[in-house]
Amino acid sequence: MANTNSKPAKSATDPREVGRRDFIVVATYAMGAVGAAAVVWPLIDQMNPAADTLALASTEVDVSKIAEGQAITVTWRGKPVFIRHRTADEITRANAIDSSELRDPQEDEARVQKPELLVLVGVCTHLGCVPLGQKTGEVKGEYDGWFCPCHGSHYDTSGRIRKGPAPTNLEVPPYTFLSDAVIRIG
Amino acid sequence: MSAEKFSNPVVRWIDHRLPVFSMLDHEKYDYPVPKNLNYFWNFGVLAGLALVIMIVTGIVLAMNYTAHVDHAFSSVERIMRDVNHGWLIRYIHMNAASFFFIVVYIHIFRGLYYGSYKAPRELLWMLGVVIFLLMMATAFMGYVLPWGQMSFWGATVITNLFSAIPLVGESIVTFLWGGFSVDNPTLNRFFSLHYLMPFVIAGVVVLHIVALHRFGSNNPIGIDAKGPQDTISFHPYYTIKDMVGIAMFLLLLAVAVFFFPNAMGHPDNYIPANPMQTPAHIVPEWYFLPFYAILRAVPDKLGGVLLMFAAIFVLFILPWLDRSPVRSARFRPVFRIFFWLLFIDCIALGYLGGKPAEGVYVVLSRIATVWYFLHFLLILPLLSVFETTRPLPKSISEPVLATAKGVA
Repeated sequence: MANTNSKPAKSATDPREVGRRDFIVVATYAMGAVGAAAVVWPLIDQMNPAADTLALASTEVDVSKIAEGQAITVTWRGKPVFIRHRTADEITRANAIDSSELRDPQEDEARVQKPELLVLVGVCTHLGCVPLGQKTGEVKGEYDGWFCPCHGSHYDTSGRIRKGPAPTNLEVPPYTFLSDAVIRIG
Repeated sequence: MSAEKFSNPVVRWIDHRLPVFSMLDHEKYDYPVPKNLNYFWNFGVLAGLALVIMIVTGIVLAMNYTAHVDHAFSSVERIMRDVNHGWLIRYIHMNAASFFFIVVYIHIFRGLYYGSYKAPRELLWMLGVVIFLLMMATAFMGYVLPWGQMSFWGATVITNLFSAIPLVGESIVTFLWGGFSVDNPTLNRFFSLHYLMPFVIAGVVVLHIVALHRFGSNNPIGIDAKGPQDTISFHPYYTIKDMVGIAMFLLLLAVAVFFFPNAMGHPDNYIPANPMQTPAHIVPEWYFLPFYAILRAVPDKLGGVLLMFAAIFVLFILPWLDRSPVRSARFRPVFRIFFWLLFIDCIALGYLGGKPAEGVYVVLSRIATVWYFLHFLLILPLLSVFETTRPLPKSISEPVLATAKGVA
C-alpha cells in the first residue's frame, strides 16, 4: 500500500508535466553523478606517484671510472640500470648479426649514444626479474650478454633478446651526457 | 511472490535467490516512520555518513602513512605536500572527525530532550553509548598517529589515566605502551587499532539500526504511532528530508575543509613529538574537553579518572534514572528547564576543559562537575516522581488537526 502511495502519481491529463518532472529527476541524478566523480577522483589519484617520487625520477652517474669490460649497476626510479663499458670485441659481435633476424629487430647503433657505453634498464622484459651477467663469474647466457635466471631469457652484448620467452630487448632508458664523464638518466 | 514486484528481470532473478532487493524495498517503503519528525532526526543518518567518510578517507590515508616514530610525522607532511590531493584527503579526515562528534553530540542531546532512551528503546540507547565510547577511543588513537607534540603528550596523559588503578595500574600502563614510555610499539599498536575500531563501530551501528527498526523512531511528541494515519513511508519522504540535511552537512564540512582546516585542531601538533619536553599547555581535542574538565576538577588521581569514566557510564543507566512515563520534553515543563541547564553545563565544562587548571577555572569546573552528576543522579529521579506533566495528545495526528481547526 505504501508502495503505491510513495511513488509520485503521474498526471494522465497533462503529459508535459511528466516530462518536466522527468527532466528534473534526470538532471538531479546527473549532477549527483558529477559530484560523486569529483569526490572519487582525488581518492584514486592519490595512488599515482607523489611529487617527491616524481622528483627522484632522474639519476646522475659518473661513468668515467668504469674500466673497459667492467659494468656497474645504479638505481633509477627504484629499478637497476646496467651501465657497461663494452670491449671492442663485444661491440663487433653486437654489430656482426643481421638485426632483421631478431625477435625485436634493432641495430646496435640505435641502442647506444657512444658505442663503448651501453646503458640498459636491468629488468627482464618477460616478467620483471633482474638478469645475471653484471658481475664477473655470473652466467652471461649463450650470447655472452645477460641471462635471466627466472625463465631463461638470453640477451646479447647489446641487450637484445636472442633466446627465451622475453618478447622485447632490454629497455634503453632516456639519458644525456652532461659532460664526457657524467650521464643523467631520466 | 515478493520477486514479482520488480519489473527488471535481472533484479527479479537475483532477488528470488538472494532477496537483497526485497530487504531494501522493505526498509524503503514498508518501514513506517512517524510523520512528525523534525530536522533533529537527520543526525543519525548524518553520523552514518560521517562514519563512511572517515573510513573511506582513512583507508586512503593509510596507503601513504608510515607508523614509525622516525617517519610518522614526515609521512604526514609528505601527505600534505607531495601526495596527489593528500592535503584535501587529510583535511577531510581531520575535520570530518570533528563533524562526526558535533553530529553525534546533537544526536545524543536530541535523545535526551525527546526521551528517546525510554522503554522500549533502552538497548538502542545503550548501543549508542557504546558507539560513542568506541568513537572516543578511535579518535584518541587517530590523534596520536601524526606524532606531533599534542599526539605524543596526549597519548602519554591518556594512557597514564590507567596508572590510577590501585596495585596493577603501573603494569597496565606498561602493557598499553609495550615499553616504559610512549614509543614505537605504542604507535604501531595504535595504528593497528585505529584501523580496526571503525569497523567495530560499523558493526555496532548495524545493531543500533536493528534495535531502532524493532520499534521505529521516537518522535517529537514522544507518543507511539497508533496506526497508518500517524506514519509515512521512509522513502521518498524521509530520504528526501535526509538529503537536505546531508547537503547542509557537506556544505559546512566543505567550508571547514577549504577555509578553516585547522580551526578545530591545535597548532602544537605541527611540532614533531619530543619526549624530552612537554608543551606548556596541553589540551585534548575539543570533543574531549568536557570530560577532561571533569578529570581535572577532582583533586585526587583515582577519583578524577573514576569520575570522568562515570560521566559516560551514567548514560548507560539513564533509562532507569529517568522513570517518568512521558518521553518528550514538550510535555515536561520542569524537565525542559533542567535539560537546558544540563546543556549549558556541558558547554561550560567544554570551555573550562580548554582553560588552564588554575584559579577560578578549577572552582567553576568543580561546580559544573557536581551539577552534571546532580542532574542525572538526583534531579532526574526526583522529577520522575514530582513533576506534573502536561496532558499528552491522543495521537500524533491530533495536535496537527487541532491547530488546523483552530486556524480555520
